[in-house]
Amino acid sequence: MGLVGKLLAQRIALGLLLLFLVSILIFVGTQILPGDVAQSVLGQSATPEALANLRAEMGLDQPAITRYFAWLGGVLTGDLGTALTSGQDIATSIAGRLANTLFLAFWAALISVPLAIFLGLLAVRYRDRWPDKLISAVTLASISIPEFLIGYLLMYFIGVKLGWAPSVATIYDSMSLGEKLQAIALPVAVLTLVVLAHMMRMTRAAILNVMQSAYVETAELKGLSMFKIIWRHAFPNSIAPIVNVVMLNLAYLVVGVVVVEVVFTYPGMGQYLVDHVSKRDVPVVQACGLIFAAVYIGLNMVADIVSILANPRLRHPK
Amino acid sequence: MKYIPLSALVGLAITAAYFLMALFAPVISPYGMAEVVGSVWEPSSAEHLLGTDNIGRDLLSRMIYGGRTTIFIATAATILSFTTGAILGFLAAVLGGLWDQVLSRFVDLLMSIPTLIFALVVLSVMPVTIPVLIVVMGLLDSTRVFRLARAVAVDINVMDFVEAAKLRGEGRGWIIFREILPNALSPLVAEMGMRFIFMVLFVSTLSFLGLGVQPPGADWGGIVKENKDGIVYGIGAALYPAVAIATLAISVNLVADWILNRTTSLKGGRGG
Repeated sequence: MGLVGKLLAQRIALGLLLLFLVSILIFVGTQILPGDVAQSVLGQSATPEALANLRAEMGLDQPAITRYFAWLGGVLTGDLGTALTSGQDIATSIAGRLANTLFLAFWAALISVPLAIFLGLLAVRYRDRWPDKLISAVTLASISIPEFLIGYLLMYFIGVKLGWAPSVATIYDSMSLGEKLQAIALPVAVLTLVVLAHMMRMTRAAILNVMQSAYVETAELKGLSMFKIIWRHAFPNSIAPIVNVVMLNLAYLVVGVVVVEVVFTYPGMGQYLVDHVSKRDVPVVQACGLIFAAVYIGLNMVADIVSILANPRLRHPK
Repeated sequence: MKYIPLSALVGLAITAAYFLMALFAPVISPYGMAEVVGSVWEPSSAEHLLGTDNIGRDLLSRMIYGGRTTIFIATAATILSFTTGAILGFLAAVLGGLWDQVLSRFVDLLMSIPTLIFALVVLSVMPVTIPVLIVVMGLLDSTRVFRLARAVAVDINVMDFVEAAKLRGEGRGWIIFREILPNALSPLVAEMGMRFIFMVLFVSTLSFLGLGVQPPGADWGGIVKENKDGIVYGIGAALYPAVAIATLAISVNLVADWILNRTTSLKGGRGG
């Protein structure tokens, strides 16, 4: 346990450090403009007095380091500040939307992960024959089209022409689970398609890599069936790479959500972020950016932790 | 070069066609970019091959000019990302030690934020103009080029001919540009295709979100944004950019695949 525990502790500490640095980066990223937030709120024609007042009110007359730590302290205690444009508390606005986004991402992950692993295994099993080539061609096509266009393609053909699913995914708290699922059918399909392609290709590559190793050849030579080779030899050794692939793609999903939410006017974090970027509402953008980055870093951290745990050499130290 | 597979030829031809279209957009497009020539969302006809858009502009002309903007931004951003990424990557590999550590850890940090999210954060305070877009996209993407360039250069840097060059007293500039660069070119060129596609998708996404090319300028993502309301009424005007982006991306991919396959033999891989 000693070695594994130490590695895990290191990895978690690294994740926290990364998150801290990312918060600095996001803060600095919004400070590089020559003008400042007060200027962009009031516009070019603002009088110097009005600007000075707003700056004082928003704490912009403080040095950047003071403002950074005030902001960070707020974030750590759950206070994300107030939105400039609406004056609403950001934390309250985000809470509901974050739940919606996670709801969407959860269902997309639930469908795409098993499907991707299954298709990846299928492609390896029929390597270089037509199922493999067909899967490769379809995934290449879906990687080559941006998420929002896949969204509109599905909306046009499935939502409007065929009328199978609603083309706008607005959900309310009062809807039942079934109604919600129907509403998010198309966005989930888009996200699944987008992530599936990447995940499947990487799974295929990971398993192929294992299949080319010496012990699989030995197993083949001693006459084991294909199924047994995959199940007993290839699969346990591909758990770590596959989990890595899955986590990377879930992280990718978090980003894909931003665009897909805008396409289907789904009331989630992504739409909130994009809306406020156009309105130049910096506190909201900072808060959303930090949350997205935290989820992304968290998923990457889980991927590393799983591959540490799945490595038998670390579990049984000599 | 003696044998080019059919898929790569098709890819090359389509890619070349798109670039020519971008270069000669004012010559080949039937109408002006922002010229209102018909009523709203006319279906395709002899005068307007793809119909008209949400305010009655000729969609084919919009698509051609849009391709010009999209391809220009993507190309410029790719060049920026490659020069920055490759030079810093080679430097990190050649200098080693503290420089390598600082650069690599900083790139790790940048890559721990999703590119789109970071671009949105930066664009929330920057004026959204084409030069700003190119710089933001190019610099954010150079992290990936940096990693590749560094990895390749670290391998080459320990080879005998580099050692020989060092021993005969060549400077760092010579080592980087005359010893490492020629040998690292093939994987970098293949990667360049992938980065270019990524840039096309990236700028389209930003424009679609309203944070890229600003109206009345046209680009493929912007055309989707302008015409997306037609979808609900069964008007497919917003879908043409999908075809354009997909064919461009796939053909660049085919070319990149071919280049990559040609070079794997150098690295002792199985490619032919």
